[in-house]
Amino acid sequence: MTETPALSVRNLRVEFPTRRGTLAAVDDVSFDIAPGEVLGIVGESGAGKSLTGTAIIGLLEPPGRVAGGEIRLNGQRIDNLSREAMRPIRGKRIGMVFQDPLTSLNPLYRVGEQIIETIRTHLPMTEREARARAIELLIEVGIQGAERRIDSYPHEFSGGMRQRVVLALALCAEPELIIADEPTTALDVSIQAQIIQLLKRLCRERGTAVMLITHDMGVIAETANRVAVMYAGRIAEIGPVREVIQSAHHPYTRGLMGAIPSIEGTGDRLTQIPGSMPRLTAIPKGCAFNPRCPHAFDRCRVERPDLMPVDHSLAACWLVAPVSAEPPR
Amino acid sequence: MLAFTIRRIFEAAIVMLTVALMAFVLFRFVGDPVNQMVGQDTTLAEREELRERLGLNDPVIVQFGRFIWNAARYDFGISYQVKRPVTSLIAERFPATFELAVTAALFAVLLGIPMGVYTGIHRDSWLSKLFLSVSLIGISLPTFLIGILLIYVFAVQLGVLPSFGRGEVIRIGGWTTGFLTASGLKALILPAITLGLFQMTLVTRLVRSQMLEVLRTDYIKFARARGLSDRAVNFGHALKNTLIPVITIIGLQLGAIIAFAIITETVFQWPGMGLMFIQAVQNADIPVMSAYLMLVAFLFVLINLIVDLLYVWIDPRVRIYGREA
Ligand SMILES: Nc1ncnc2c1ncn2[C@@H]1O[C@H](COP(=O)(O)OP(=O)(O)O)[C@@H](O)[C@H]1O
Ligand code: SF4
Ligand SMILES: [Mg+2]
Repeated sequence: MTETPALSVRNLRVEFPTRRGTLAAVDDVSFDIAPGEVLGIVGESGAGKSLTGTAIIGLLEPPGRVAGGEIRLNGQRIDNLSREAMRPIRGKRIGMVFQDPLTSLNPLYRVGEQIIETIRTHLPMTEREARARAIELLIEVGIQGAERRIDSYPHEFSGGMRQRVVLALALCAEPELIIADEPTTALDVSIQAQIIQLLKRLCRERGTAVMLITHDMGVIAETANRVAVMYAGRIAEIGPVREVIQSAHHPYTRGLMGAIPSIEGTGDRLTQIPGSMPRLTAIPKGCAFNPRCPHAFDRCRVERPDLMPVDHSLAACWLVAPVSAEPPR
Repeated sequence: MLAFTIRRIFEAAIVMLTVALMAFVLFRFVGDPVNQMVGQDTTLAEREELRERLGLNDPVIVQFGRFIWNAARYDFGISYQVKRPVTSLIAERFPATFELAVTAALFAVLLGIPMGVYTGIHRDSWLSKLFLSVSLIGISLPTFLIGILLIYVFAVQLGVLPSFGRGEVIRIGGWTTGFLTASGLKALILPAITLGLFQMTLVTRLVRSQMLEVLRTDYIKFARARGLSDRAVNFGHALKNTLIPVITIIGLQLGAIIAFAIITETVFQWPGMGLMFIQAVQNADIPVMSAYLMLVAFLFVLINLIVDLLYVWIDPRVRIYGREA
């Protein structure tokens, strides 16, 4: 791919200084997202997915901080920008969608006020022009009677409708990248698919890159072009969606795939992998997954695997190490 | 909305009736007012005649009915002590208390809110810590001590501000105001700070804790993610969401300010209703005492009513609830 990626993350490290030493909640994470591409980020709760997204948009809450690496938006480095220089990028060049539409909107302002405020923060428009654009956006995200509904308060919308409003807000300045952090987790199952389809369609039409964080493999299978699987702050595997789903290289990914709810809807999420992800204070030596891995062998317990190319993917597992690689010491 | 308002007004009326009953019972039975009004050498017949004239010989229920009826028409009878209508005494004293209370409330709000916002946003700055330590003093020192300390520093030691009275006042119709003269304004400073310091502290701490809570919410995080300026986020989105509890407290405290003006007015010999009440207590001047009680209760109820209606105006969710209720 010679095209400049919409988003390029290199060796990102997010740290929390604590009394018992510094915790690396995101450790050496690298990935690219091309314009118009959807990259799914999956992994158990606490894997560092949200922190990765938060670090990209520059909203880490102190004492959390980006301790290393580079983040580039269409080639421009943004991880070292000042607060003031970063602000016009948020909402304008990077849009964000959070998990819970019920709490994402300020309850005291009409949805129109919130959209118009955002538009006018980023684009040179009059109140009237911004309002017209807000109505267009609401129509586009599928709000019935948008001319009227623009003057409603958030609590007058259902959860699904509110998430549509949140999408309209994220898209209102035509960003190059959308970071959607579990955009459907809080929604009724019957509405989840609609919202995901909408997100996918809107971004495809605009050529917007999407970083779609979820722990729902079903959503990934339907939406993403590529997937990154995170485990304990690191990427365990990253590759084209079909390959990762059908023939995962990393034992953790295979465990996750086993956890996709079956058609009868009986599969419990993630129960196929025994044990739980280690806490940041107790990440095992070697491969962080080794205590839970059915294939773990001696090398896994002493030496940490880096991402290694395999087929069209990269996987951080000694099982995929080329046979010619250096033997275990 | 209309039903909501009517219901609130109805509730307010019940509260006022209860207070009236208490004022009536409390004061009707604290002692024989006739003893206070007459000299040693008054004859029994003269006393009896006075009792009859004051209506003290009527059945209690008739007396209470008359009290309510008169109070509703803003008539609290004649002061036993100065033998003039209580309402005209109040009319003379009210402007002093009102101007003092308003100044104290403005001081509390106009300083308390910005300090609360500042300490909420800049949690760890040294200025925040300074504000909070100072506010601890405001909460823990009793009013009269603060008043005396201020008098000592600014009136006795520095000699820059007067220690008692209202200064020069200007009469406008039935109202006397100290807002229009330099000496009137100067005289207001110390009493207003004394009276408002506790409330300012309260507002600061309340706004701070509300800000801390609101700043953690998703919609604030989302507002930042939308690229809004710090000012828009902090003042447009966060502050507005802190206002509901803040308005409640300020409203209730406004009543408290008027009630606690008694102490401040005594310390500063401020010629307001509080001082009038203290003098009435010393003289067992029952009409003045019950009128004061009723008036303060009325102000409390009125403020509460306004606070309730303000909610509806600020929070659209209450608006819906109010419509359905
Ligand atoms: N303020 C904080 N202090 C210390 N650790 C934190 C803090 N915030 C998040 N973490 C840790 O970072 C890890 C990753 O969190 P997060 O990115 O939210 O995970 P998820 O993949 O579920 O979105 C978690 O293990 C969490 O314990
Ligand atoms: S490196 Fe070893 S322990 Fe880690 S996933 Fe691969 S086989 Fe399992
Ligand atoms: Mg998360």
